[in-house]
Formats: sequence, C-alpha cells, structure tokens
Amino acid sequence: MEPQAVIARRIARELKSGMLVNLGIGIPTLVANHLSAGVHVFFQSENGLIGTGAPPEEGMAHPTLTDAGGRPVTALPGASTFDSAMSFGLIRGGHVDVTVLGGLQVDQHGHLANWMIPGKMVPGMGGAMDLVTGAKRVIVAMQHTAKGASKIVKKCSLPITSLRPVDLVVTELAVIAFRDGRATLLETAPGVSVADIVVATEAELAIPDQVPQMAL
Amino acid sequence: MQTVSVEQSVAMIPDGATLMIGGFMGVGTPERLIDEIVRQNKRDLTVVANDTAVPGRGIGKLVTAKLVRKVIASHIGLNPETQQQMMAGKMEVELVPQGTLIERIRAGGYGLGGILTQTGVGTPVENGKQRIEVNGKTYLLEVALRADFALVHAFLSDYMGNLSYALTARNFNPVMAMAADTVVANADNIVPVGVLAPDHVVTPAPLVDYLVANA
Repeated sequence: MEPQAVIARRIARELKSGMLVNLGIGIPTLVANHLSAGVHVFFQSENGLIGTGAPPEEGMAHPTLTDAGGRPVTALPGASTFDSAMSFGLIRGGHVDVTVLGGLQVDQHGHLANWMIPGKMVPGMGGAMDLVTGAKRVIVAMQHTAKGASKIVKKCSLPITSLRPVDLVVTELAVIAFRDGRATLLETAPGVSVADIVVATEAELAIPDQVPQMAL
Repeated sequence: MQTVSVEQSVAMIPDGATLMIGGFMGVGTPERLIDEIVRQNKRDLTVVANDTAVPGRGIGKLVTAKLVRKVIASHIGLNPETQQQMMAGKMEVELVPQGTLIERIRAGGYGLGGILTQTGVGTPVENGKQRIEVNGKTYLLEVALRADFALVHAFLSDYMGNLSYALTARNFNPVMAMAADTVVANADNIVPVGVLAPDHVVTPAPLVDYLVANA
C-alpha cells in the first residue's frame, strides 16, 4: 500500500458515525475515501458547509458549492450551509469532534507546526490555528520523514500552530499518541519494527512493552 | 436603500478606502464591482477579505492591477502575485487566523470592541497583542475591524435590499454587511418584494445602502 493510503486508511478508523469532522488539504482529504461501509460522518468545509460530499460528476459542478480550496464538491442529503462566523464558531466552540490536518513538524510534546516556513512559504494560516486550538480531537496525517529528516522532532524549529498539543500522529510507519506531554508509540505499520521507528524518529518516544501492528 | 448602476456604486469609493469584500477563493465575491474598481482604477485600497483568490479572479484582479496597498486576510497562498508584492514590500499583508478574522469583523458589526480567543496564543500571531486571563485560561484580545465600504455578493435581493445567499457563497458576506459604514450589494437575481420569505432573509434590507442594478 502507498504510504499516503496507509495513513488515510488508519485515520479513517478513528472516525465514527455521527461525528462532525474537518479534513485539511493533502493526505487528510484522502481519509474520506477510506471510511468503512456503514460509517456516516458529517464532513465540514470551513467555507460554510456541513455534509460535504465527493466532487461532482463531470459537467455537474456548481460555482457556489465548493470546498475550502475552492474546488467543486457535492452536498450530501442532510447537508447545511452557514456563514463563516458560524463555521468558525463550530470549530472554536469545540463542536468539531475531529480535525485531521497535515504537518510539517510535530514535537515530542505534541506541538504542531504546519502553517509557515519563514522566508520561504508564507501562505497564511487560514483555519489551521483555529482547528488545532478548538477541535475536540486533533489528528495529524503526515509522512514520518521529509528528505530523510524526521518530522517528529524534539522541538519544532518552525513556528508552531497552537500551544494546544495534538492528540494523535499517524505516519506510514507508526501511530503516536501525545498524552501527558509525552510522545508514546501506539502502533507500528505492517512490516515496520519498533527499532525502524526509533531510528526514523528524532523525538524521544515512550515505548510500551507491547506495540501492536496497525489494523488497516 | 438606493438602486445604483455599477459605475455609480464604485464612483463613491475614494482612493485609499478600506473595503471589506465578501468571498472565499472567489466564491461569493461581487465580480462586477471588482471589475468596475479595476476599470475606474481606484488606488491605495485596504482590503479586508478571507483571501486574495487567484490571479484573474475576484480580489486577485485588484492585486494584479496593483490597486491594493494593504490586505488583511487569512490566506494568500494561492495567489503568487500577492506573495510577490508582499516580498517586494509593495503591499502590506496582515495575516489573521480565519476564525479570528471573521470574529473581528463580527465584533465591528455588533458594537463590540473586540473578542477574546485562545487561537494564536504562543504563536507569532500573539506579537503586540494583549493577553487576558479569564477563569484560568489565557486569551488574546483581538480588536474589532470595520471598513468604509462592504462589497457583498448575494444570490437573491428583493427590491428593498433583503438578501439571501447561495450555498458556500455566503461565507463572509452577511458578517461584512454589518461592519461597514456603507454597504453595497450585488445580487445574481433581483426579485420583487415578497418573493423572499422573512425566514429566508439573511441580511435584512436596512443594512444595505446600495443595490447594484442589473446591467
């Protein structure tokens, strides 16, 4: 399985029917494709939609039915639309059960950096800071390393997105939880050993005696 | 409420004005007003908006025409021209978390001095802002935003200026319609009074100063 599919598939298992879920761009978007049959979650697009569905068939796009990237989407039965104040009230008020976001770095205390690279990439934070600060549960979907360097670090060298630590990081190698300010290895990906993960990870990991394999 | 031509509506805007412009990646942006601002070459504008869209669309057209002196937005990443003008020091860019931006606008329209939020605490967003502790939690004081003009786009307007919006084209529009000294609305469809049921009016007519007539 492709690394991105491993990550998306594993995160999909965290989503339960009835949850209100916000997916960021990139790998997080793929999570929607991996939900088990019978799991019906409400996806929020922060531009003002709950009930976001797959892209429409060719020729069926509507110019005013879009996701937060401006791309055409569909609205599932039971969808609702609202203004940006309500959309961010949902996010900041703790009404969003889970947000899945991409990451540039996560430090061993769970601080996420995902919105800028000083001097290089200054796109603006969009809704990222609000989501990390306000959602009930924050899951980071990212590759374990970038250009050979661990993205799970002792301390973020990039500006962080929020002081609020993330709950879970899922990479193509591992599932790592952040509880009590510590990074704990929860699961290994199929074919990956605990030793492989330790080598690929700069952050200090708490490693339980038994680390089960990801069920995908 | 007064009905005006698109030319008249933009002629009211002086150079240097602060404009709130509705839309999210160009969806729900009053394109007719944007095109007319470019045609009338209104300069040194301060634009408050979610984003600067992409070149050739919505606020992106104002950026390309170099009419924007300052932008207050949450995201400029999909418009390389905004980034270039920012890097070259030709445009000032204030990046604001999206939830904070809409709440600052809401505060401006609702008579509040600002809002308290945990978003941004401990990040570069905090620079120069006051921290306030409430019930043991740390918040940033984010001050209200207002504008000289709000340029809003609606799906329907009746002859009196009651507005309703379509799907995700609502976004910042109804909030901005509360937060500016002068509100100019452009609607896809202008319909007789009574077509819009009271329950379906999102922006009540007294908020709209000018409705742009059909071409």
